[in-house]
Amino acid sequence: MSAVVTAPASAGTGQAPRGAPRRRRWTRFVLPAYSWLIIAYLVFPIAVMILYSFNKVTTGLPQVSFAWNGFTTQWYQQWKDIPQLTSSFWLSIRLALAATIVATALGTLLALALVRYRPPQLRGKGFLEQVMFLNIAAPEIVMGASLLGLFVTINVARGFLTLLLAHVAFSIAYVAITVRARMAGFDRSLEEAAQDLGANAWVTFRKITLPLIMPGVMAGALMAFALSIDDFVTSNFVSGAAVPFPVWVYGATRIGIPPQVFVFGSAIFAVGILCALASIVVARRQT
Amino acid sequence: MTDTDASAQDVPAAGPAGPADPPTVPAIGLDGVAKEFHSRGETVTAVRGIDLAIRTGEFFSMLGPSGCGKTTTMRMIAGFEEPTRGTVRLDGRDVTAAPPNKRDVNMVFQSYALFPHMSVFENVAFGLRRKSVPRDQITRQVGEMLEIVDLTGREQRRPRELSGGQQQRVALARALVNHPKALLLDEPLGALDLKLRQAMQVELKRIQREVGITFVYVTHDQNEALTMSDRIAVMNDGVIEQLGPPRDIYEHPATRFVAGFIGTSNLLAGSLARVTGGQGVIEVSPDERIIVRAGRSELTVGQEVELTVRPEKIELAAGPGPAGGCALRGTVTEVVYLGTSTSFSVHTTTGADVVVFQQNSASADTPVGRGDEVWLTWDPQHSYPIG
Repeated sequence: MSAVVTAPASAGTGQAPRGAPRRRRWTRFVLPAYSWLIIAYLVFPIAVMILYSFNKVTTGLPQVSFAWNGFTTQWYQQWKDIPQLTSSFWLSIRLALAATIVATALGTLLALALVRYRPPQLRGKGFLEQVMFLNIAAPEIVMGASLLGLFVTINVARGFLTLLLAHVAFSIAYVAITVRARMAGFDRSLEEAAQDLGANAWVTFRKITLPLIMPGVMAGALMAFALSIDDFVTSNFVSGAAVPFPVWVYGATRIGIPPQVFVFGSAIFAVGILCALASIVVARRQT
Repeated sequence: MTDTDASAQDVPAAGPAGPADPPTVPAIGLDGVAKEFHSRGETVTAVRGIDLAIRTGEFFSMLGPSGCGKTTTMRMIAGFEEPTRGTVRLDGRDVTAAPPNKRDVNMVFQSYALFPHMSVFENVAFGLRRKSVPRDQITRQVGEMLEIVDLTGREQRRPRELSGGQQQRVALARALVNHPKALLLDEPLGALDLKLRQAMQVELKRIQREVGITFVYVTHDQNEALTMSDRIAVMNDGVIEQLGPPRDIYEHPATRFVAGFIGTSNLLAGSLARVTGGQGVIEVSPDERIIVRAGRSELTVGQEVELTVRPEKIELAAGPGPAGGCALRGTVTEVVYLGTSTSFSVHTTTGADVVVFQQNSASADTPVGRGDEVWLTWDPQHSYPIG
């Protein structure tokens, strides 16, 4: 809302309004105000979560209640008092890291192929792109159900591996699209120059191509991590014995959420913000 | 291909491009090289079969309009395109199938292709690092090369912090530091403004003399080619139309295309009325005549010939001149003052429009104006039959 408060300063200095056009100047606050409202709308639930992670619990069971009982850092000190929650959290972290590494590598290669090659070398390029967008557009519930069906049919025990396969499957397309966008203006003569100066294909990729598309790769990786860490729908279908954080939290809602969930949630949010900021800084320096 | 090089005196005779006893191996040899591109079932022939022998240490230009195949030819020498037919040799070694990183030639790209994420120093050092040259030698060689191209003190800059001319010189240094057998330059001055381009032409020529490396230069700018080259190959539609030193190319254009592409040329045509002593005469009227000397083929009476005359070889005169010279009558249709010279357009009695350049020297004070009747005279040695 600060825009509304500060902006009139420039208009209010000086003489009386001259002419009709100046009377419409209030309209210039409409879009800024609207933008701040949207941001408030988006941030509000997160703010509530962070606030209530500092809330005292007065009832017998340590459960989240939405009456404000006073400030405490108790839950941050006792963050690992619920072993199942802690283990599900670490499972989610391991899963997200593994899925990010695999999906980023595969997605980057897919993006390279789609940018580099046309039908004679890459048959079915159009089809490949369609499948990629379908992968993004398809409802998660469909993907989760079909993956479950597949795993049951081929008799694969559900656990970390099936979770990883599922998470990689829904992240690849996002990585590929992000990296491909970065490659749009890529000057191929840079690679030719490297080859001309004696670099083989691998050295050219490592010294020239990869550093130049790195901001895109990092953005893709960040997206894959974010998609994986909070995925519930698909994970719920394919998790089996290994229960990731969102699935555990969903299960806990039926009996009452322990305040530690808000602690983990706040931590994930903080790390996410830091990663996004770091990515912006890196991207600014690279270009 | 027409090799008018036989009369060249400013280039040491390294033997003709033919198969007969080559005393020295050319730095770059192309043997029947052709390139076809296929796209959507269509075949586009970019290069139709080129034989070429580029000598060690020469400044060789490939000149032609866009789409004539000059860049494709250069890319085949560098290894970025594989010829559909023919062989590419570097110092006699067949490299037709070798990838670019296995060829001892370096290229300066039209866009410079400087690595934007590396400093000037790292850009120039890139090739040496690939050859595992020791660190202290890299530092020394890069330093020397940056001195040659006048960029000492800018080692740690990023390419985007440099001006166009400086980027151009980094690209040059990055290629030359590897001491390649030949340096390939693909329209390297195209992105620079006129003044900088002229300065860089002189600079390039100086650097080439200093390092003594064979330069192969692709351009569509005839002035660039004429200024810098030892020899020029004029290309059109995938073939070499003419190959020779700049003077030969300019003074003796072998084909209608070369005559039209390089400089301004006047095209005249007619049938021969008389042939005496290797000279053919086209009689236009009793006192108007065009005399042609026999070129590569014999002249016969009644033969239709086409010839070119450069505008600066023709004089505006009051009368037809001596009987042994060429003379045409015409009406001045346009006078354009060009500073050091004046350009006259003359509509001749043959029906052809002829352009004449005259120096604006101190003595030239005969004002010829539009609509004036004039005589055009020139020495028969300046009439070049083409065909």
